[in-house]
Amino acid sequence: MKMFRNSRLIITLMIAALLVVSGAANLYAAPKQKNIILATTTSTQDSGLLDVLLPVFEKETGYFVKTIAVGSGQAMAMGQKGEADVMLVHSPDAEKKFVAEGYGINRRLVMHNDFIIVGPGADAAKIKGVKSSTEALKQIAMANALFISRGDNSGTNSQEKKLWKAAGVNPENQKWYQQTGLGMGQTLNVTSEKKGYTLADRGTYLAMKKNLALNILVEGDAALLNIYHVIEVNSTKWPKANGEGAKAFAEFMVSKRTQEIIKSFGVDKFGSPLFFPDAGKKVEDLGK
Amino acid sequence: MNNILTVQNLIVQRGGVTVLDISELNVEEGRILALIGPNGAGKSTLLLTMAGLLKPDQGKIYYRGVPVDNNANRSRMRRNISVVFQEPLLLSTSVFKNVALGLKFRHLSGSEIQKSVGESLDYFGISSLATRSAKTLSGGEAKRVSLARAFALKPELILMDEAFNSLDPPTRETLMEDLHNILEKTKITAVLALHDRDETLRLAQDVTVMVEGKIIQSGTTAQIFNEPDSEFVASFVGTETILEGTVQTTRAGLMEISVAGEIIEAVGNFLPGENVYCCLRPENITVSPVMPEKTSARNVFEAKIQKIIRQAFFYKMILDCGFPLVAYITVSSCEDLNICEGSIVVVSFKATAVHLMRREK
Amino acid sequence: MELIVQGIIKAFELILSFDPEVMGITWLSLQISGTATFISLFIGVSIGTMVALTNFRGKRLVISLINTGMGLPPVVVGLFVTILIWRSGPLGFLEILYTPYAMIVAQAIIATPIVMGISLAAIQNLPPNLRLQILSLGASRLQMVWVLIKESRLPLLAAVMAGFGGVISEVGASIMVGGNIKGYSRVLTTATVMETSKGNFDIAIALGIILLILAFLVNLLLTQVQQRQHPR
Repeated sequence: MKMFRNSRLIITLMIAALLVVSGAANLYAAPKQKNIILATTTSTQDSGLLDVLLPVFEKETGYFVKTIAVGSGQAMAMGQKGEADVMLVHSPDAEKKFVAEGYGINRRLVMHNDFIIVGPGADAAKIKGVKSSTEALKQIAMANALFISRGDNSGTNSQEKKLWKAAGVNPENQKWYQQTGLGMGQTLNVTSEKKGYTLADRGTYLAMKKNLALNILVEGDAALLNIYHVIEVNSTKWPKANGEGAKAFAEFMVSKRTQEIIKSFGVDKFGSPLFFPDAGKKVEDLGK
Repeated sequence: MNNILTVQNLIVQRGGVTVLDISELNVEEGRILALIGPNGAGKSTLLLTMAGLLKPDQGKIYYRGVPVDNNANRSRMRRNISVVFQEPLLLSTSVFKNVALGLKFRHLSGSEIQKSVGESLDYFGISSLATRSAKTLSGGEAKRVSLARAFALKPELILMDEAFNSLDPPTRETLMEDLHNILEKTKITAVLALHDRDETLRLAQDVTVMVEGKIIQSGTTAQIFNEPDSEFVASFVGTETILEGTVQTTRAGLMEISVAGEIIEAVGNFLPGENVYCCLRPENITVSPVMPEKTSARNVFEAKIQKIIRQAFFYKMILDCGFPLVAYITVSSCEDLNICEGSIVVVSFKATAVHLMRREK
Repeated sequence: MELIVQGIIKAFELILSFDPEVMGITWLSLQISGTATFISLFIGVSIGTMVALTNFRGKRLVISLINTGMGLPPVVVGLFVTILIWRSGPLGFLEILYTPYAMIVAQAIIATPIVMGISLAAIQNLPPNLRLQILSLGASRLQMVWVLIKESRLPLLAAVMAGFGGVISEVGASIMVGGNIKGYSRVLTTATVMETSKGNFDIAIALGIILLILAFLVNLLLTQVQQRQHPR
């Protein structure tokens, strides 16, 4: 294009754009074969636990983990289609079904923390100190006090539904019952703003506590345990799934060293651990 | 006769309507041809077709005798023709770059471009504008740049659509003068679409008159202006008076024609009893306050002034001398002679000033 | 109010300390959105010009489709791109889901109709005879198109700004196809969403401010070029 050599503007822009593009190309030269897609719940990412664990795993094995933080429901939907390789989730009933239907294999207990019911200091439903979580929910319903639900089929959400059922209350379509469809952190923000009650996992609550006007009102009920399992996606069913990587990750999660890291994670920042390592234990023995 | 461009049996349709239907038109090398006609006559369409920018639905174009019937031929022809549109159509860059545009398309070297552009800017007296941004020019300057751009290519043929449209009168005057000189100097063949008879008279050697997509008369400028062969051409080229008459007697080319009871003497080749139109151009009619003592004019009538219409530099008078007649008079003579509506004057015109046209029935 | 002040202070802390993570995220945002805009410029300008310059049946329909595309909701684009490129999707063999490539693809799809629509309008707005004038000066078809594009450079720069502004501030598609993976596909918008949901409002505000500064600087640069082209 000899005739337009004077188009300095266009050439300058092109060079700038090419620089950006070529820089980008270098950056994307991420390992291709050794990718693992980890579908997990927002709580593991938002609490910062994965930021601590993944670099260790990646350094040890050379795998590159792509964490997709979604609700447990969506995480399992991804696994069901073979769009993820391994899942770290906390929705026991759905998980059992998932494995029974042959989508996942090697479901292993990793850790737990617990759910808590949080609410405003004023506590209109007077649930502070109530021992039974179902009893507390009943009181909230009786008082018509605002309850914020995640409503996103996540592990927390299914736990919450289970509790409502046990309490014999159907909160759907009630004026005092609102669904955000958001992750745990955002739902806590909403709850705090609206001065409502919600069910949260302790980890996320502790991590965000400084910005929230919410107190722990109910805790310690065995029904409030929040249990995380690691499940490998069945790679015989989905040949494209990275079975080897999934296995390596699952084994890493239940390894002794990792369990130690989990045990101490958060102690320095919040004064208490956010998660309790449980590898090798039985679910029935938890919380005792 | 050396024709640079010929079109034959040309038909151009737009939306199913025939907008151009021309059986033959020749552009003679070295001549300046004016296409005249009212708006919508198809002048612009014809120019675009001649330039190879519009594909006709039917018909042939010959460039120097070679039919233009494929893309190679067409682009070769295009490179020898420059087109100047009504609007200046300048790019938003400097004047120099605008004028250089066509030369760049031809991949000429920098020095050649410099030379041709400089020359062409010089022709149109706009060398001083070379570095100006084209978007800051006045209408007249922009027009000159667009003309310079066309001439810089040293084309064999230049086609111009309404070159002087939308220019104010003084700008138009000087540009017309310059264009006339440049065409004369460069000897470039030109086809100009015009709709003004003054422009036509000053610039063109040949004239083609178009109406509704058809050519109704072609000839030299003198032929068209002096011998229009239809009432339409006559009125279009400025013959204001067109009278219906019948030839009474004829003697050695001099004929007496009866018009509304009066007799007009005229020169022509018609037989007694034939019906004719007598056409009179207002500039050929002399108006005086009293009967001139001595005149060579064979036609002298007393006339009553019906109406005086003020024009730019003269008055147009509508007279009644038994038949209607239009004449001009300068503003100063009008005042000197103390003429007003209703006055009686004497008009005279020569037998040769009457142009006769055959009239059916 | 205190939160905003904190956020602004935090933003300047992060910027002035060249916090490597924030710098990485910023640079990645710039690269992904820059590349996407660049791609959309090629596709958008060429198709926009082509549509503007040719006459064909259904041209009006095509133009209204392009204009509708200018308002493509990013999440819808994200959804369709995800479905196309996930492992079981028709383009699954590319293995680009949850990579910056996928984000470039999605952002390019969002920006292309914007660039296309603006360039189409720009070319159509040129005087109708300009095309013929350029051809009559001896231009080949390619030369003619190039001159027309150059003549529309001001609106085309506006198209680049609109396209870039649209994609750098877009979050829905980026989070769906990129996955917000730390150090890999996390960009300013997805990081802002995540930090907000984690309750780290100060960092979220800081990231938001950086995003604004970035968008401002890019537009400033382009406006600078544009104004230099167009004195007065």
